[in-house]
Amino acid sequence: MTEPATPAHGAAILGAGTPAPDFALNATPDQVLRLSELRGRPVILVFYPADWSPVCGDQVALYNEILPEFREYGAEILGISVDGVWCHAAFARDRNLHFPLLSDFEPKGAVARLYGAYREGEGTSERALFVLDGDGIIRWSFCSPIAVNPGADGILQALESLGGKSAPARAESFRSDTVEARP
Amino acid sequence: MSNGELTPPVSASDHAAAPDDAPVTLVEYGDYECPYCGMAHPIVKRAQRELGNRLRFVFRNFPLAESHPHARLAAQAAEAAAAQGKFWEMHDMLFEHQDALEAEDILGYAKSLGLDTAQFARDLEAGTYAKRVRDDFRSGVRSGVNGTPTFFVNGNRYDGSWANEEAFIRALRDAVQQGVEASA
Repeated sequence: MTEPATPAHGAAILGAGTPAPDFALNATPDQVLRLSELRGRPVILVFYPADWSPVCGDQVALYNEILPEFREYGAEILGISVDGVWCHAAFARDRNLHFPLLSDFEPKGAVARLYGAYREGEGTSERALFVLDGDGIIRWSFCSPIAVNPGADGILQALESLGGKSAPARAESFRSDTVEARP
Repeated sequence: MSNGELTPPVSASDHAAAPDDAPVTLVEYGDYECPYCGMAHPIVKRAQRELGNRLRFVFRNFPLAESHPHARLAAQAAEAAAAQGKFWEMHDMLFEHQDALEAEDILGYAKSLGLDTAQFARDLEAGTYAKRVRDDFRSGVRSGVNGTPTFFVNGNRYDGSWANEEAFIRALRDAVQQGVEASA
């Protein structure tokens, strides 16, 4: 269950069965969000290349619209790109976004690299999706061609297969062997 | 990610123009306030004109309401008009007036289409068709809709560019041909 999900262009993002590397990134200029703080409920990680680019805009607009469905599964969704916090703030305000955008800015793309989702040539992250279970294990991942908006059906199927639609979020994690990755 | 299959398939509860036995069914997930859907509207019209009864066109709502503040009300307006037998009339009206989708504009369209405006206004106010619109939206998400407009041709997502009008209509013609051959 640890085969990497290999996209057509050859990058290997972390696959199902892998513990999701922990990270702490700025969600706003003065707030840091640590992935492990969300333990106990499913987490959707959305790596995308850049704020403001047309496909990303569509993709985040779509997820923004689907938030009620994600919340039915008790899931949190986090957008991650190499854009800076002020850029994210302006983008989120412009698009009326209701979920956090994390800034993988310094060292640039470090978290994307941890997930195998960094594009060296372009200096941006891939358009990659990860669904984590409440224990912080990657249960599904997908790397989309950079120009293609992957939609949300894969995410919803993955959340459904976690089987937690009506189950309350667990308050505590049962795992202690989480991968502590830097940063 | 999507396998790009329409879920659920077209049924009697859908708004369909042209006969059920048409060899090709084109489904659009659209948003009345989306400029791209507005651009696609005349292209769909042209396809309908050219293919006639060989093309069944189905419209499902996919309002991106966070980006388009009038989209949800407009979608409900089309559904409220449908309840009075004028879905396509309202559908066209909305797409032809994308820059005027305030509640009073929409009530004006209802009036000009000869709808029972009191009933229409009650339906909008009560959100009678809000669930229907939301159900359409959810089905779109499940079907792999990733933006608007998204088209499905005989149940499969059309990933070509609809903005390439000639190619789009050619794809529909090809599907007609395949449909005719399959049933021959």
